[in-house]
Amino acid sequence: MTTASVPGDAPGTPTVTTGALGEPVAGGGTAAPPRAFLEVRDLKVHFPTEDGLVKAVDGLSFSLEKGKTLGIVGESGSGKSVTSLGIMGLHRVGQYGRQKTQLSGEIWLEGKELLSAAPDEVRKLRGRQTSMIFQDPLSALHPYFTIGHQIVEAYRIHHNVDKKVARKRAVEMLDRVGIPQPDQRVDSYPHEFSGGMRQRAMIAMALVNNPELLIADEPTTALDVTVQAQILDLIRDLQKEFGSAVIVITHDLGVVAELADDILVMYGGRCVERGSAEKVFYEPQHPYTWGLLGSMPRIDREQTERLIPVKGSPPSLINIPSGCAFNPRCPYADVPKGGITRTERPELREVDGNHFSACHMSPEDRERIWTEEIAPKL
Amino acid sequence: MTTPEQPGTAGPATGSAGTSPSPAPGESLLRVTGLTKHFPITKGLLKRQTGAVRAVDGIDFDVRAGETLGVVGESGCGKSTMGRLITRLLEPTDGRVEFEGQDITHLGTGGMRPLRRDVQMIFQDPYSSLNPRHTVGAIVSAPFKLQGVRPEGGVKKEVQRLLEVVGLNPEHYNRYPHEFSGGQRQRIGIARALALNPKLVVADEPVSALDVSIQAQVVNLLDDLQDELGLTYVIIAHDLSVIRHVSDRIAVMYLGKIVELADRESLYRAPMHPYTKALMSAVPVPDPKRRAERDRILLKGDVPSPISPPSGCRFHTRCWKATEVCKTQAPPMLELKTGHQVACHHPENAPDQKQGDTPLPGADAAVVQKSDG
Repeated sequence: MTTASVPGDAPGTPTVTTGALGEPVAGGGTAAPPRAFLEVRDLKVHFPTEDGLVKAVDGLSFSLEKGKTLGIVGESGSGKSVTSLGIMGLHRVGQYGRQKTQLSGEIWLEGKELLSAAPDEVRKLRGRQTSMIFQDPLSALHPYFTIGHQIVEAYRIHHNVDKKVARKRAVEMLDRVGIPQPDQRVDSYPHEFSGGMRQRAMIAMALVNNPELLIADEPTTALDVTVQAQILDLIRDLQKEFGSAVIVITHDLGVVAELADDILVMYGGRCVERGSAEKVFYEPQHPYTWGLLGSMPRIDREQTERLIPVKGSPPSLINIPSGCAFNPRCPYADVPKGGITRTERPELREVDGNHFSACHMSPEDRERIWTEEIAPKL
Repeated sequence: MTTPEQPGTAGPATGSAGTSPSPAPGESLLRVTGLTKHFPITKGLLKRQTGAVRAVDGIDFDVRAGETLGVVGESGCGKSTMGRLITRLLEPTDGRVEFEGQDITHLGTGGMRPLRRDVQMIFQDPYSSLNPRHTVGAIVSAPFKLQGVRPEGGVKKEVQRLLEVVGLNPEHYNRYPHEFSGGQRQRIGIARALALNPKLVVADEPVSALDVSIQAQVVNLLDDLQDELGLTYVIIAHDLSVIRHVSDRIAVMYLGKIVELADRESLYRAPMHPYTKALMSAVPVPDPKRRAERDRILLKGDVPSPISPPSGCRFHTRCWKATEVCKTQAPPMLELKTGHQVACHHPENAPDQKQGDTPLPGADAAVVQKSDG
């Protein structure tokens, strides 16, 4: 995300042209003033490769308010991490690779459009207003510097204070995330920490500037279950304390059920279902969401029944099926859809208040299949 | 995953596989007593031994023909080492492993070879457990070559049959592993493990590298194969939900010891060891409404180092019920209920074994009980 000029590769989408930070963007003509704290509109991230154009994210829109948590769920390759890197402005557009990463759409953060903003502007926000926790703390922390050094650096980039003050702040943060003897551990190297402590240190680093938006990309996947419980608890407490907006990206439906207020289910680079956690778990509307729920062994149920897996495997992002990306794996692909052909792409439509689903089946069919065929087997 | 009708009689390679008649379902197929593995830590030029990682430190259990034994625990608890010991990929430091009554603890490579037909392994990572330079055909037929087995109808036909059994296209015989997805690769690994019609299959984290929807496919496949072929499984996993789904009996490990061994329903309904209870309460439940109701036990801190495990009960440093006796005496494994063994002085859901003992100072602070919204 260094330049904002976007190759006009995707026809029909509003192309973002360079504009001053905060100004409504010209070019697309769809720039209505956003009301939400974070609003992502029609985000597309495409990577040209030798084999073809990889459409990692292909038209994603959502919004998020402060103090709320959005869970993005999907399998590997569904575009969840690419989305988060896009919001953080971490895609390298053009500069490094031979091929240019193609970004389009709009990302509004508190009234500022980020995709069209100058790289320096985005860099000022990154780490201060927006911050990220990565999956693998061992590779996200620098092995050569002490934990304290890395937290101090993150703080001093955005605050004009001397080292002593910053160090005090680092100790304070380590204490807040539950590292024992923080005044001594601040001088430890990452390898001297256990996995759980490293993840805590990363959280301390991410929160040192009180960010308003925190993105946690698979924050507990590398951790044991008892440590995972500690970290999830910590994230929840810190959110209450700081009132930030949180995006949790995970493949684990258990983790989103613990944390998220709203859930967005991704498949093949697009959103297939979005709604409140209760709606998505108890009245899911998309066959892929049904598949995820049916695939999951449950610790809280006596289940001697078989799991109901989704047949086949996820689509290649180079050759996303035209129409609904889930069509080849969908057990209900043959349900009559009132003349809609398979090559027609289902749009995200509102099912009921703030609950959206992208499926051609009629609401009656979905309601019937869910209550009669799916729910009893879960 | 219940008892199969006829263990060891189904399948193609019946004539060639097997070294002795199989035990009837429910009888012990594998018995492990006092099994121990210490990895030495050496220092200096002379490789003086200065300590040992006590990865597995004296465990007893048996695996019954036709059942699935689930082994669950956190990283570093010794579950994978245990799997490698019972398949004799590692040499035990102490203890005894018996397979069908035969002591195999210290058998050499040659001595183990006939047994390799009966005991097979499925590995966690389908990317590193398949040789990228071999075709699927070569990978799945390797067991026949190594064991000098000639299946009826030729190797190729048999390999294609196996591919079909695990749900792959038999025409993909000549493809290479990189042409397959993660789930398909895991199926190739399963086909290879099944080639010689084994009696016991040890699966170390067979689904943890796979996506949720693919994970369910592989779990169901393992389930079907057990019903069809009468296999006995030892499934090692860290995921308590998967373990609950696949196992008949479950062993919970902590720092190289089995702390609880019980039938599935008994274990999940009324866990007795505080560690098991904490472990279960820590699993995130995919049910947003329940997060408000649930009592969570949050263990503080991390698992201690297996180089110098705590004295007495190894869990006492993190246990909220710990008393003086826990610090000094290792609790024996006792069957407190039919089919439910536990090693704890103060079990949950069962009578206290050491009543009136002084609680350790700070023991109740070792845990945060929470039911928040």
